[in-house]
Amino acid sequence: MSEVGRSLPKIDGVGLVMGRPAYTDDLAPRDALIVKALRSPHAFARIVSIDTTAAEAMPGVHCVLTWRDVPRVAITRAGQGHPEPSPRDRFILDEYVRHVGDEAAAVAAATVAEADAALAAIVVEYEVLEPVLDFETAEGHASILHPEPEAHENFPIGFDPARNVASAYAMKVEDVDAVAEGAEVVLRRTYYTQAQQHVALEPMACTTWLDVHGRLNVISSTQTPWHVRRIMARALDIQVKDIRVNKPRIGGGFGGKQMIHGELLCGLSTLRTGRPTKMIYSRHEVFEATNTRHPMRLDMTVAADRDGRLRAIDMRILSDTGAYGEHALTVFMIAGAKTLPLYNKVDAVRFGGKTVYSNHLPGGAFRGYGAIQGNFALESILAELAHELDLDPIALREMNMIAEGETSPIFAIMGEGTEGRAQTVDSCKLPECIRRGREMIGWDDKYPRREVGPDKVRGVGMALAMQGSGIPGIDMASATLKLNDFGSFNLLIGATDLGTGSDTILAQIAADDLGVSTDQIIVYSSDTDRTPFDTGAYASSTTYVSGHAVRDAAARMKAALIVEGALSLGCDPAAATFDGVEVKGPDGSISLEDLSTHLLYSEHQKQLCVTGSHLCEKSPPPYMAGFAEVEVDTATGLVELIDYVAIVDCGQAINPNLAKVQVEGGLAQGVGMALTEEVRYGKRGHLRTNTMMTYKIPSREDLPSLRVELVDSHEPSGPHGAKSVGEIGIDTPPAAIANAVFNAVGVRLRDLPITPEKVLAALDAARGEG
Amino acid sequence: MTIHFELNGRKATWEVEPGETLLDALRRHEITSVKNGCDTASCSTCTVLLDGKPVPSCAVPVCRVDGHAVMTVEGVPETARRLGELLAAEGADQCGFCSPGLVMSVVAMTDEMDDPSDAEINAYLSGNMCRCSGYVSQTRAIRKYLEVKS
Repeated sequence: MSEVGRSLPKIDGVGLVMGRPAYTDDLAPRDALIVKALRSPHAFARIVSIDTTAAEAMPGVHCVLTWRDVPRVAITRAGQGHPEPSPRDRFILDEYVRHVGDEAAAVAAATVAEADAALAAIVVEYEVLEPVLDFETAEGHASILHPEPEAHENFPIGFDPARNVASAYAMKVEDVDAVAEGAEVVLRRTYYTQAQQHVALEPMACTTWLDVHGRLNVISSTQTPWHVRRIMARALDIQVKDIRVNKPRIGGGFGGKQMIHGELLCGLSTLRTGRPTKMIYSRHEVFEATNTRHPMRLDMTVAADRDGRLRAIDMRILSDTGAYGEHALTVFMIAGAKTLPLYNKVDAVRFGGKTVYSNHLPGGAFRGYGAIQGNFALESILAELAHELDLDPIALREMNMIAEGETSPIFAIMGEGTEGRAQTVDSCKLPECIRRGREMIGWDDKYPRREVGPDKVRGVGMALAMQGSGIPGIDMASATLKLNDFGSFNLLIGATDLGTGSDTILAQIAADDLGVSTDQIIVYSSDTDRTPFDTGAYASSTTYVSGHAVRDAAARMKAALIVEGALSLGCDPAAATFDGVEVKGPDGSISLEDLSTHLLYSEHQKQLCVTGSHLCEKSPPPYMAGFAEVEVDTATGLVELIDYVAIVDCGQAINPNLAKVQVEGGLAQGVGMALTEEVRYGKRGHLRTNTMMTYKIPSREDLPSLRVELVDSHEPSGPHGAKSVGEIGIDTPPAAIANAVFNAVGVRLRDLPITPEKVLAALDAARGEG
Repeated sequence: MTIHFELNGRKATWEVEPGETLLDALRRHEITSVKNGCDTASCSTCTVLLDGKPVPSCAVPVCRVDGHAVMTVEGVPETARRLGELLAAEGADQCGFCSPGLVMSVVAMTDEMDDPSDAEINAYLSGNMCRCSGYVSQTRAIRKYLEVKS
């Protein structure tokens, strides 16, 4: 029986659709105090004084916290491995507030109304400081975001707070300048990508209480329970062993929940009051007080010969990490590390730049994690190069792209905050992805443009992408299998299902390896007390890394079943086999149902319980080719997406439907970034896009046609041949759509999102009316 | 204040606060299927039927339902199960946070429209935001639901 490769329904699907209680706020203790934060109205200010006397005396108020009431321990809120590659530049509460919405104080009160009334009664005197609101002027600005002496880097990441630099990095392979000098064509272009927000429909949410042992229990809508536990322990100055973190069902993450949000204020309020607390963000708070994708300026140079052979690529990045350096270095490095290896035939590559602080929302992890920013710049400039050389943009890529059996020196040089790992590309079906995508979008008929009506022009554009599958040398996952009587198994996994279906696909892997059906696997996941460790759901790691851990556990369980079955049969284990139904020996057999029941009740009694784990040693990239067809209204500048075709090589899909929907969902977010989504600030740093009325995520009418196919592929190092699929889908839309707009109307948009205003201004300029 | 209304086909009498939204009152009474996604009636995650019409419960003062009928996904378990199975068969269910609201909108749509086209489905459900799926798998499932239903 093969369970891998089947589009089984998600194991929690029907229950969630029926509305059963499953998310953090559904599970919070009914007597939980409401924790709310007083948020800064200023982009940058020092708290001169803060008077909480009136608030503390108000009815229902149990606890008021200011920066003087919290442990003075510098932390990062980035949910990353230990020690984190992000600077520790944050406290639970601080004397400084660094963006509008930053936390100035907090209250815990019996009701929402009492909490709100208490917040209103806190008197804060701010010394308003000159904010840094243009990240291109941040470095060396007179205003220094992080003057506090406690802020530090855990290892060298180029942290230079006196100059507002959160991180810096540079690498090179051969001499880009010398190669460019000798090349026939050199193109230099600058691209900008904007801040984007995750907008998971479930806001950030957590609840905490003390159990009978006095341990701090946390239910949190998080992607990284173990990192939350570790960072909470540090911030609250208690021991890791005294905290339990459990992730229930969560309503989407996309990287937004790879940061710590309300856990610290909730946890501290519980420790101070002894009472259960909960903190459920309003949507307004999600917009004003969580994180965004890091906006970037990308200065690109490509050098090539006239026949289209790429000779050199140079990518220089300035990244805006906003008020805090969460994921500052790693997102910026991934912009190069997960794009530049695509074109491995160049003679020279250079990558470098800095991440700077500003008084914007802090940057953070967001699906694509730098790769989408780098992809927009690289796949745009390659289209510009193709145009310059009068080559088909597909042909240009086919001539230069990486192929199976090849490598790139960048794999070894650039990791996530540290060195990378050398690897050979053992699966890369880009040629098939391109062939099929070209056919499905109708490239040969539609490229570059067709006039479809007065003022309406349609164009097609494309882009390639790669991502990774986990962080080699860092990401570790584990899985425990426990045998139950009558032959079912508990699968306990640290892996964190964000709604992606990872609980389901990991059960499929366990079932396939054990030879049983998936419904015999009872999954429980993401609980620091009750499941084994997993670094968390990020970096496209779950299928590839956690999947291997499950395979390891299943192999151990199978071996244990054979030993016990042989004992029962009185034969040599070497002569016994297990096929999922029974253990067979030379002279007889015993069914799994009987063996498992005897083991608990009647014969050689013992609990079979095994744990497997897996360290990611390699990060095979999934690949894709994305093709966009857009319609541009030349009178208004409006760009409508007509069709998007995405052909993906994610290795063997464990569950093809769930893999496909990962890509469809990624595309939707990528289309949002390309066309409508943008975090915008007013002159003094106030957020202008703090509701879903002002921040536009795509609706179903904006996505009339997303067509995704997975190509046949098998990654030799992957569990059952799988690679990752969680992030790759988001990467191509910005570049493919920008390229389609250019092909339609001849204007090149290098600054996301591609709004009607920008298109119209560019059209006017091209028509000489600018 | 006290209100009398019909909740999922049964009479209910609730003590509610002035200014309390229907969403908050439902959740306070353990109707956990109704989720708060946006606070501004922009995402349809909190959709319930008020006298058979879909409304965002975050924008309805609970005192206004006095004398009216409210239906949540708990009141249509068979439809929710059937639609849930079809969504899951497409992999469209994903994080599930928007699903109960989507189910209620689909119930209203099928009451109002016969054999809607994909464009009509997209128009009717355009307010039901989903950040996970990209919607097209939902549309595949809803299409199958409509076919089975008719």
